[in-house]
Amino acid sequence: MKLETTLIHSGKDRDPYTGASSIPIYQTSTFAQPDPEHPGPYDYARSGNPTREALEHSIAVLEGGSTGLAFASGVAATSSVLLLFKPGDHLIVGNDIYGGTYRILTTLFTRWKLDFSFVDSTNPEAVRKAITPATKAIFVESPANPLLTITNLRAMVEIARAHNLLAIIDNTFMTPYLQRPLELGFDIVIHSATKFLGGHSDLIAGLAVTRDETLGRHLKAIHNTFGAILGPQDSWLVQRGIRTLGVRLEAQQKSAGQIALWLQSHPAVKKVFYPGLPEHPGHGIHVRQADGAGAVLSFELADKACVLRLLATAKLALPAVSLGGVESILSYPAMMSHAAMPREERLFRGITDGLVRLSVGLEAPDDLMNDLESALSKK
Amino acid sequence: MKQHIETLLAQAGNRRDEKTGAISTPIYQTASFRHPALGESTGFDYSRSANPTRQALEETLATLDGGIRGFAFASGLAAIDTVLHLFKSGDRLIVTEDLYGGTFRLFEKVFRPFGIEAVYVDTSDLDSVKKAIQQPGIKGFFVETPTNPLLKIADIRALCALARPLGILTLVDNTFLTPVFQRPLELGADIAIYSATKYLAGHNDVVAGAVTVKSTILAEQLAFYQNAIGGILGPQDAWLTLRGLKTLSLRVHQQQDNALRIATWLTAHPHVRKVYYPGLPHHPGRHILEREQIGPGSMIAFEIDDAARVPAILSGVKVFLFAESLGGVESLITYPAVQTHADIDPATRDRLGINNRLLRLSIGIENVDDLIQDLEAVL
Repeated sequence: MKLETTLIHSGKDRDPYTGASSIPIYQTSTFAQPDPEHPGPYDYARSGNPTREALEHSIAVLEGGSTGLAFASGVAATSSVLLLFKPGDHLIVGNDIYGGTYRILTTLFTRWKLDFSFVDSTNPEAVRKAITPATKAIFVESPANPLLTITNLRAMVEIARAHNLLAIIDNTFMTPYLQRPLELGFDIVIHSATKFLGGHSDLIAGLAVTRDETLGRHLKAIHNTFGAILGPQDSWLVQRGIRTLGVRLEAQQKSAGQIALWLQSHPAVKKVFYPGLPEHPGHGIHVRQADGAGAVLSFELADKACVLRLLATAKLALPAVSLGGVESILSYPAMMSHAAMPREERLFRGITDGLVRLSVGLEAPDDLMNDLESALSKK
Repeated sequence: MKQHIETLLAQAGNRRDEKTGAISTPIYQTASFRHPALGESTGFDYSRSANPTRQALEETLATLDGGIRGFAFASGLAAIDTVLHLFKSGDRLIVTEDLYGGTFRLFEKVFRPFGIEAVYVDTSDLDSVKKAIQQPGIKGFFVETPTNPLLKIADIRALCALARPLGILTLVDNTFLTPVFQRPLELGADIAIYSATKYLAGHNDVVAGAVTVKSTILAEQLAFYQNAIGGILGPQDAWLTLRGLKTLSLRVHQQQDNALRIATWLTAHPHVRKVYYPGLPHHPGRHILEREQIGPGSMIAFEIDDAARVPAILSGVKVFLFAESLGGVESLITYPAVQTHADIDPATRDRLGINNRLLRLSIGIENVDDLIQDLEAVL
């Protein structure tokens, strides 16, 4: 089956009892047991809920993994994955990691003696050099947030295999519709399902998928023990969102490509970061490991004042954190997603005070460009 | 500047929550609203009369259709039932003869005993309509176009030109095409009606109805009847319908592309006698479609050579679901003679062409090759 079909029929999305074409929302905490010696398939909804399971099955099938797990948020998924490690373990983490992940590592896991090095993962040699005897995993994003830098995923897998490390990726920007890292050899894929998978800016959710069943069992045990599970209503909404993932991403990506080109020729714009542009530094690698450039782009204006004016004047794109919804969202990494990062650290990573991120939604691209034009030309 | 429909859809219901800025309209799960003081109201008193979530949906529906007011109901039939209260005992309506079975049942079993009579006419044939309006007491046209299940196309502009000088109200059930492909109010109709369960909500997970109007008088009358009869849509389903609308344009375009491929493929199949799809070049309504509609939609009916094959087809499909309803992201196959049109007497059904060899397809957004393979295997 092709991906567009799997998005709609992943296998567990119909109700076997009534035939309902939409999986019921099992708003229950516990399940009556037929007989104590032969427990039923479900006992307590933290451990397993049929609505959540339908979503977990979908994401596993879409990513081509063995085990899918749904969490209360993207960072809940990341935190749970990090619990696979023990004190003294060392992780190599991409420089451009999402600000929330950076915060978990530097404020929480550091106190639990988990050690990590931030490395420019676009440079495989730098990753190789950062390996210590305690290194247990490589954790990257590609494209990364917010500069859309591209990491060579096959090179990461090669390094991980050679040194017996787990390869972990946050695939939020691409979704399995555009990039399937497990097929390239990654071990764990993490998603903020709040973004493109849910797709409507109306829920908070996280997902994780493992390639290997044993690893899946370990993570499932953490999922159940740590308990940061996704509720049935939100599980059902993510599943509903996934049904239109293909058509949404196709349209959003097409508009993003158009807007990126247009911004590139705009006098008020210093630079555009979008992996679909041939001059983007990672373009060549990206097209070999993904099926499209996605719908998030960043661009640089002269300074902070220009950004604040843009955010105040734009009528269509909503100034907000988050991305991946049907509505376009403009955000200001310096004060939003990367606010948790010290300024020096942020500037070192190229996240300047003039940088704006645009998550392109489903509005007509002409309307978006008109809106940006009037906001950018305002003095 | 008038925004494109994609923009209106993507941003439907945004910027409504002043207090928090929430991008997604809140679900106001409340029956009643506190009054600021005696004799004062926030504009909301009791959710049957007005509910902010339902209002977000209703305003969106009106905007999409180019109307001044929209109404959301508990089902498509609740919408039709409410609209038919505009007529009184002794009034007659000219009604499309191959009508949705549920509307037929409503006219015959509920409204006829009250003295409101439906006169069934082939509304795709203007001469038949001209003849029928000679009868006394004709006060309304109730038109489905394209019709269900035979996809006949009526000329809305011409019908309205007939109706207006005689003070006849034109009601159009626009369920099959939605405002993306046909805007009856802009073509001259007084009232557009929808089963929002179908394309508008689009995920086979909500039952809902909608009505839009363009005159103040009708808006006031229908607001009165909506509140007086009370067949309103609840906040959760109103919100889900609004969520569905955000991807309406993407869905119906993809569904239409798939439908054209499948209709063309069916035309060449040896076991298929006849294909009804307005997007095919020789469809009799093609010239009206080009003048009044933006696209033919994604409903197909086809007649196979032998009725004995039907059971095996319906139980053999693996991607298509054998279920009533239509317009969702998943493809459905229906047997009109025993399902949707069972309430129409067999002689009439035969005369219309709704025989026991006729099958109806609602095309979803799965990959079209998977859909064709599925049909190929059972045919």
